[in-house]
Amino acid sequence: MAHHNYVTGTKKYMNPYVAGIMLGTVLLLSFYLTGRGLGASGAMKSAVVSTVNVVAPEYTQGSDFYGKYITGGKNPMNSWLVFQVLGVLVGGFLSGALAGRLTWKTEHSPNITARKRIVLAIIGGALFGFGSQFGRGCTSGAALSGMATLSLAGFVTMMSIFGTAFLFAYFFRKNWI
Amino acid sequence: MGPIIPINDISMEINFLIAFLVGLGFGFALEQAGFSSSRKLAGMFYGYDTVVLKVFFTAAITAMLGLVFLNYFELIDLGVVYINEYYIESAIIGGVIMGLGFIVGGFCPGTSVCAAAIGKIDAIAFLGGSFLGILAFGETYPLWENIYMKNYLGGLKLSDAVGISDGLLVFGVIAAAVLMFWIGEWAEKRFGRPDITKEI
Repeated sequence: MAHHNYVTGTKKYMNPYVAGIMLGTVLLLSFYLTGRGLGASGAMKSAVVSTVNVVAPEYTQGSDFYGKYITGGKNPMNSWLVFQVLGVLVGGFLSGALAGRLTWKTEHSPNITARKRIVLAIIGGALFGFGSQFGRGCTSGAALSGMATLSLAGFVTMMSIFGTAFLFAYFFRKNWI
Repeated sequence: MGPIIPINDISMEINFLIAFLVGLGFGFALEQAGFSSSRKLAGMFYGYDTVVLKVFFTAAITAMLGLVFLNYFELIDLGVVYINEYYIESAIIGGVIMGLGFIVGGFCPGTSVCAAAIGKIDAIAFLGGSFLGILAFGETYPLWENIYMKNYLGGLKLSDAVGISDGLLVFGVIAAAVLMFWIGEWAEKRFGRPDITKEI
């Protein structure tokens, strides 16, 4: 490794159980302070609604899906989750900087080209984005935060995300192993 | 008494500052665990790296135990804490589509932001794709509206659905997690891929 890791010393990553306790503590703090857990896809939805609103304001107001986020002149970017995701960006960057992991890189299996990896990432992202709206939240907001409050929705979403990924893993193995 | 912000009258600026700081911790923890690497995340589904399982369940247990104890000592009003609303069909269908997105794309929305922050180009592509997916849902919403709103059960807790106490459910989740951690550690030896682990 070219750079020194200022967080864990000689190990590349933090012990996963320690990192999990750290993440769980942040999640608990979020509940204690705000009454809600963490999220990610909600902030992306805000960005999409804002963009659609700039392009076609009347259409956005009339839409059953977008309309509720902009009623009464509300700005969808003025949301708790948008600021939280900006924090994720900075927090991830700080961690990467301290651990010596800041590099432009397309990570892919030697079986596939970088170009194919990018195409698959776009398709996977589109599926995840679509599914996160259908399921009212992603791994952070629905599965992790949902499970922490013991909500049935959280457990069901978690099992359906991971169950499906396991079920289809065999068919996509060439892309990863 | 928590939750602090909904109970007290906190200004929007402070609220957003707290959001940013909470996100900072979230992103830092994800990146430290190695969630900024798609090949590390995908290792979960092939057994060579089960960091997803370990971090996800340790975090969930920490937070659920914390909430149970805060409630027990009357430090938080769980009536004000948001419980995810359960719509049977949409939770399952959404989860299935997300699971497919996970194995194809290698990230989830939160981890893609974290990985993009350290320069992973595949994560930036995933992020771009997720905007397209959300837009696609928004544009085709009338097609899904019926099934999306079907079978609403409200903010239902699993403990109430099966008729056990919250504490007993948390205990059960911890027991299940310990068993899964053990399987995870075994899988990493059984399906180990030193060639991949060395690179990620």
